[in-house]
Amino acid sequence: MPPEVVDVPLRIVRTSRRHDSATRHVSGSATYIDDMPEPHGTLHLAPGGAPVARGKIKSVDLDAVRAAPGVVRVLTAADIPGTNDVSPVVGDDPALADGEVQFHGQVVFAVVAETREAARRAVKLAKIEIDAETPLVTVDEALSADLNILPEYRFTTGEVGAALAASPHRLDGTLRIGGQEHFYLEGQVALAVPGEDEMLVYSSTQHPSELQALVAHMLKLPQAAVTVEVRRMGGAFGGKESQAAQWGALAALAARLTGRACKMRLDRDDDMIMTGKRHDFRADYQLGFDGEGRLNGYDVLLSSRCGYSADLSQGINDRAMFHADNAYYLPAANILSKRMKTHTVSNTAFRGFGGPQGMMAIERAMDDIAWTLGLDPLDVRIRNLYGDGRDMTPYGMRVTDNISPELIAGLERSSDYRARRKAIAAFNADSPIIKRGIALTPVKFGISFTNTFLNQGGALVHVYKDGTVHLNHGGTEMGQGLFVKIAQVVAEEFGIDLEHVKITATTTAKVPNTSPTAASSGTDINGMAAQSAARIIKDRLTDFAASFYNVPREQVAFRENKVFYGNHSVAFSELILRAHVGQVSLSSTGFYKTPDLTWDQAKAHGRPFYYFSYGAACSEVMIDTLTGEMKVERIDILHDVGKSLNPAIDIGQIEGGFVQGMGWLTAEELVYDAKGRLLTHAPSTYKIPTSSDVPADFRVALFDGANREATIYRSKAVGEPPLMLAISVFCAVADAIHSLAPGRRVPLDAPATPESILRAVKAVAQH
Amino acid sequence: MTGASRRAIKLQVNGKPHAAEVDVRLTLADCLRQEFKLTGTHLGCEHGVCGACTVLLDGQSVRACLMLAVQADGRAVATVEGLAGADGKLNILQQAFKDHHGLQCGFCTPGILMTLTECFADKPDLTEQDIRVALSGNICRCTGYQGIVDAAMDALRKMRSLL
Ligand code: FES
Ligand code: FES
Repeated sequence: MPPEVVDVPLRIVRTSRRHDSATRHVSGSATYIDDMPEPHGTLHLAPGGAPVARGKIKSVDLDAVRAAPGVVRVLTAADIPGTNDVSPVVGDDPALADGEVQFHGQVVFAVVAETREAARRAVKLAKIEIDAETPLVTVDEALSADLNILPEYRFTTGEVGAALAASPHRLDGTLRIGGQEHFYLEGQVALAVPGEDEMLVYSSTQHPSELQALVAHMLKLPQAAVTVEVRRMGGAFGGKESQAAQWGALAALAARLTGRACKMRLDRDDDMIMTGKRHDFRADYQLGFDGEGRLNGYDVLLSSRCGYSADLSQGINDRAMFHADNAYYLPAANILSKRMKTHTVSNTAFRGFGGPQGMMAIERAMDDIAWTLGLDPLDVRIRNLYGDGRDMTPYGMRVTDNISPELIAGLERSSDYRARRKAIAAFNADSPIIKRGIALTPVKFGISFTNTFLNQGGALVHVYKDGTVHLNHGGTEMGQGLFVKIAQVVAEEFGIDLEHVKITATTTAKVPNTSPTAASSGTDINGMAAQSAARIIKDRLTDFAASFYNVPREQVAFRENKVFYGNHSVAFSELILRAHVGQVSLSSTGFYKTPDLTWDQAKAHGRPFYYFSYGAACSEVMIDTLTGEMKVERIDILHDVGKSLNPAIDIGQIEGGFVQGMGWLTAEELVYDAKGRLLTHAPSTYKIPTSSDVPADFRVALFDGANREATIYRSKAVGEPPLMLAISVFCAVADAIHSLAPGRRVPLDAPATPESILRAVKAVAQH
Repeated sequence: MTGASRRAIKLQVNGKPHAAEVDVRLTLADCLRQEFKLTGTHLGCEHGVCGACTVLLDGQSVRACLMLAVQADGRAVATVEGLAGADGKLNILQQAFKDHHGLQCGFCTPGILMTLTECFADKPDLTEQDIRVALSGNICRCTGYQGIVDAAMDALRKMRSLL
């Protein structure tokens, strides 16, 4: 590991700073898109969805809609001047359905009216006739029909057939893993403002540059004439990476056609019906292992419900495969991924991006092995970790930063795992109905977009004559604290207080051609770009100060709002003024691309990740075996964020990610009927964790260690990895059920709702 | 819209008189946001489930998305915008949310602050468990609630010490 070069003590990075908008948030003055003053005459859109899941459109009668009070215009596919597509990659997501519909609720038309209320009422007057066909709704149905949305993909390492055959123990199994609704608290929203052959779109999007390109194609405008801006989102979690585009594009289309500002804010039911979710998966696996519980071979088929179009399903399913090993060495493996097409909404990015589902399968395998051999599941996990001479992943990347053994040992101690396991066994022996369970599970998560070119960030920094700094970069703020972290980096660079750095809205007009704020990469790539921009300006200032004050360059230093030269100092703002008079440019862009990445998709080989983030969690639960009720009693987490740029923000990400993962695996259940209609399309029927579902005993600590790679101040990404720590809750539930019939495998599927727990309880009791 | 479907209303919002002529079907949330430009009251679900739109009506918490503006006629509404002092100084609860990182995206924050404002006015002897239960009608999708509960407990302690 190259030594870290820090020439001055750090004052601003690596300290806990509040979210930059905290004061506004507690005062109600933080402006989300729906809160912006609307331009005079703003119109409102409401979407009209398909009444059935699959079929040819026979007729669309919108006369009554057009005649409804307040309606200004109705949009259909025929109104689109350019390309009718809002997809991120493949070109298969019409903004407005044309000819056929492929999922229940797919947008067929949109009403543009004087008020949102009028638009929503008018939508109901449409008469859509469709030649309905039977939809494929589940993964199983799509597998029987062999309907794929993308070609299957495979990683192999070693000879898995031979390894399985030679293993003293063999098992096979199936695990079903449910999807998840994002439920960002701020629903999808966009406001489009037409200009002089220009379009400005305010959109709650994680990917402004993509929306910019889609709007340009749709309206036949050059990309230079379209600007997309977002100051903040009220949560996103992946749900606004590709699927914010449709609403922004429709608002822009309406604005172009009416010449008036147009806003589209989805009603929550529409949002849940019309936007994609986390992919549900089915994992079918075979294991071969030795008497100690060490895996010899792992053969897994990961089949997912992608929905009607490709969306981001390639990357998501690839990432499931990249995490099929989690933290474990697989001497021989066959990892096959099938991306199934169903007549349901197109599933999309969601925190973890397929990784969580890949990990779930191997964590179940660890439990299976432990149950079969009568071992403690933690011992099986520890024996299978990557280690010396066991460091090659199934995709040809060596694990060189492995801290799992140390981290797990630390958590095993601090959580008092062994003593608690004994106490739980004693409790269970005396308690016939209420059973407790515990599990300690690791996470190893690869950081970088696996689509390598996306690993680039951009920034724009200006210093004004009063010494204040204007900061802009390609990342978007969705609550994760990205903006304050990057402002810390820039303030550190100039040696000025954080409040002198003005954070500004993300806009395609300042930093172009950006990657989505996704893959946990926001700080890694944009932080480096912002640092680079600041360094370019600081270099010029250093040169200027050296010559102006006639000192060697090495004697110029920036700290405490001052610039030191020799034995003297000058206020930063004063130096800036002098530099301006001295004709020094005080503005710069910055750019960063992640180094050393290689990925050969055809050979399924390379180094797709710059580094791994690690973590582990220990969860204890209690279940009622008569009702299936479950309560999480205690959570201990030890998580690796390298050298944290902002420990308070990172701990918030860990806690929030964990609880979101816990919701996914224990409470949140998406139910579709046989006709492909989502029955759980409101928070009244879709259960999201609340404060009383989270235990008071929730201990989170940061692992002490630097990133081995030269990331921004040796920090590590934090957005996604903590979500997967919640697999420990799922495994603890299985452990509690296992206590009913030791030695039997527990067929618990996710989410472990009371119904699912009861099914598993019955299954183990029946044998 | 016909004339009969509109009505003039007068109410106090954060202690100041407000008046508007509104569609009788206009929700209190839309009235606050659109008529009075008080956009701190957020709409998360428009179904009465998420709690983002929580405001106080004569001191009692209500879901502004489920209530009609005309039902608030003649009554006193308190919203997040009224929590800070006239000089803009944050109150104890607001400051605690800032200090304890009780927010991320911030969209749930106003509703949570209003729910707690009601709770704290009623019963200063709340336990952490009481707070978790009191907040169980307010969804936060970002924080996992730890920062929120810490902030609430800290505010409670500070308020008690002032009694
Ligand atoms: S918006 Fe009123 S409760 Fe959700
Ligand atoms: S902070 Fe985002 S919903 Fe609570």
